[in-house]
Amino acid sequence: MSLTRSDVEKIAQLARLELTEAEVALYQSQLSAILDYATRLNELNLEGISPTAHAVTQQNVWREDVAEPSLPMDAVLLNAPKQANNQFVAQTVLDEG
Amino acid sequence: MSNKYEAIMGLEIHAELMTASKMFCAAPVVDSVEAEPNTAVHPLCLGMPGTLPVINRQAVEYALRVALALNCQINQHNIFARKNYFYPDLPKGYQISQYEEPIGVNGWLDVELDDGTHKRIGIRRVHMEEDTGKLTHQDDGTSLVDYNRAGVPLLEIVSEPDIHSGEEARAYAMKIRQILRYLGVNSGDMEKGVLRVEPNISIRPSGSQEFGTRTELKNLNSFKALADGAAHEIERQIQVVESGGRVVQETRGWSEDKKRTFSQRSKEEAEDYRYFPEPDLPPLFISEAWIAEVKAALPELPDAKIERYVNGFGLTAYEARVLTEERAVAEWLDTAVAAGGDPKSVSKWLLNELFRLMNEHKQNIEQIQVTPAGLVELIALVDKGAINNNTAKEVLAEMFTSGQSAQAIVQARGLAQISNEAAIVALIERVLAANPEMVARYTNGEEKLRGWFVGQIMAQSKGKANPALVNQLLAQKLLRLRD
Repeated sequence: MSLTRSDVEKIAQLARLELTEAEVALYQSQLSAILDYATRLNELNLEGISPTAHAVTQQNVWREDVAEPSLPMDAVLLNAPKQANNQFVAQTVLDEG
Repeated sequence: MSNKYEAIMGLEIHAELMTASKMFCAAPVVDSVEAEPNTAVHPLCLGMPGTLPVINRQAVEYALRVALALNCQINQHNIFARKNYFYPDLPKGYQISQYEEPIGVNGWLDVELDDGTHKRIGIRRVHMEEDTGKLTHQDDGTSLVDYNRAGVPLLEIVSEPDIHSGEEARAYAMKIRQILRYLGVNSGDMEKGVLRVEPNISIRPSGSQEFGTRTELKNLNSFKALADGAAHEIERQIQVVESGGRVVQETRGWSEDKKRTFSQRSKEEAEDYRYFPEPDLPPLFISEAWIAEVKAALPELPDAKIERYVNGFGLTAYEARVLTEERAVAEWLDTAVAAGGDPKSVSKWLLNELFRLMNEHKQNIEQIQVTPAGLVELIALVDKGAINNNTAKEVLAEMFTSGQSAQAIVQARGLAQISNEAAIVALIERVLAANPEMVARYTNGEEKLRGWFVGQIMAQSKGKANPALVNQLLAQKLLRLRD
């Protein structure tokens, strides 16, 4: 299985990555190689083997519902490129009218 | 809506779960309307690198309650997924949600429509996820972001496309809200956004089996907005199709002021979210024992209560519905009945007098000072003739404001009903003696004056005379006058 140019462009767009022509070609071949490698799994007989979402055998790692104090404000906003009124400032993506 | 078309609607309901801490970290869950921005956040819900999510067990239990109450099959094997998208309301760049294996599937809910008929709505899935932050758009093209709400446990309840009108959508959503409140997992406060209802709407020619292109409606912050918005969107789609156009798949908002829906954005295809299993969370296994335990602890739900009140208590369907609207009211009634109250009279007092007092004083049943046993005591005083009905209403009003018992109020204010025959005869004689001309008119045949005498006697007793006894003794006295 191989990815097309437009597949790569779409993935780049979803990941908000701007690629040069050369990069599109490079990633098209690299990503295709990765997919082709993963396709080898199809050669296995997986009859009766249930799908797994994880390689770990752990399950039910959880915590009790106990709240702990918030991070202090100066720490919260420490990495914010822009801030106002104790809030992060972001470009508006959509005018919700 | 014209009969030419049929509307098909499925509802997505998002409900925040009332846990103390967030879904995947220990940041506190706060009232996102009241709290100062960004005062309930931890590194994880801020999307800081290197943080790892840990599931809140209580949130899972709440989700389990809801799934069971909505008659779902429970998936014992749960996995979480990443739903990837870029939007400032989620700093991680993805929302942790459930995709392939949600906690509950294939449930149903019976709802009652305005005309009294019942309808069963299928529940496709109930899944756990996390809420997003709150954006406040400003005029300069930027948005302020508050992450207090980001990571709050959120339940998504998705119905089957079994809903065909705005009215049905409202009935279904109200029933879901009632059940969430009964289960103690959500306050149902739509204005605060802890409960959000989003219908997917399409139309098709009546009788057709195919589905039309659907739109999703947002910004519905009340049940009225849901019913109105859905009805308008159905009409809009019909007009688009009638005028030769094509419905576009998109998200639309509802403007309460303009009474119309408007386009918000073209809906991204599901595959654009690139769901994949959340690598930071191992699977969640819900044991049979846990399911049984949660099921056994579910409260009696509204439908079961209504049936018990109608068949066991002899209440009308209407009374039963009003009394079960809120769990606290129904439990107040049940407590009063357990304290020896007659279900019908307790219900009558609740519906007529207590509800009126609660309205007047803007208190809910959990705030009032009148206890179930206190009302039962008051009713007993009426039943044994110690006070009459009108006096009892006054006593209840005083119990409501002072918190004193009925007995104490009756004693302190000397309200005990006069049931002493000699005392009543004395009152009758005083009234008759003071009004000789009325007595003459009565003996000359004006029968209806008897009511006037009763009024005078009651007034003389300041309302305390036992009305039945007054009637009976007055009748005897007047009979003798005529002879």
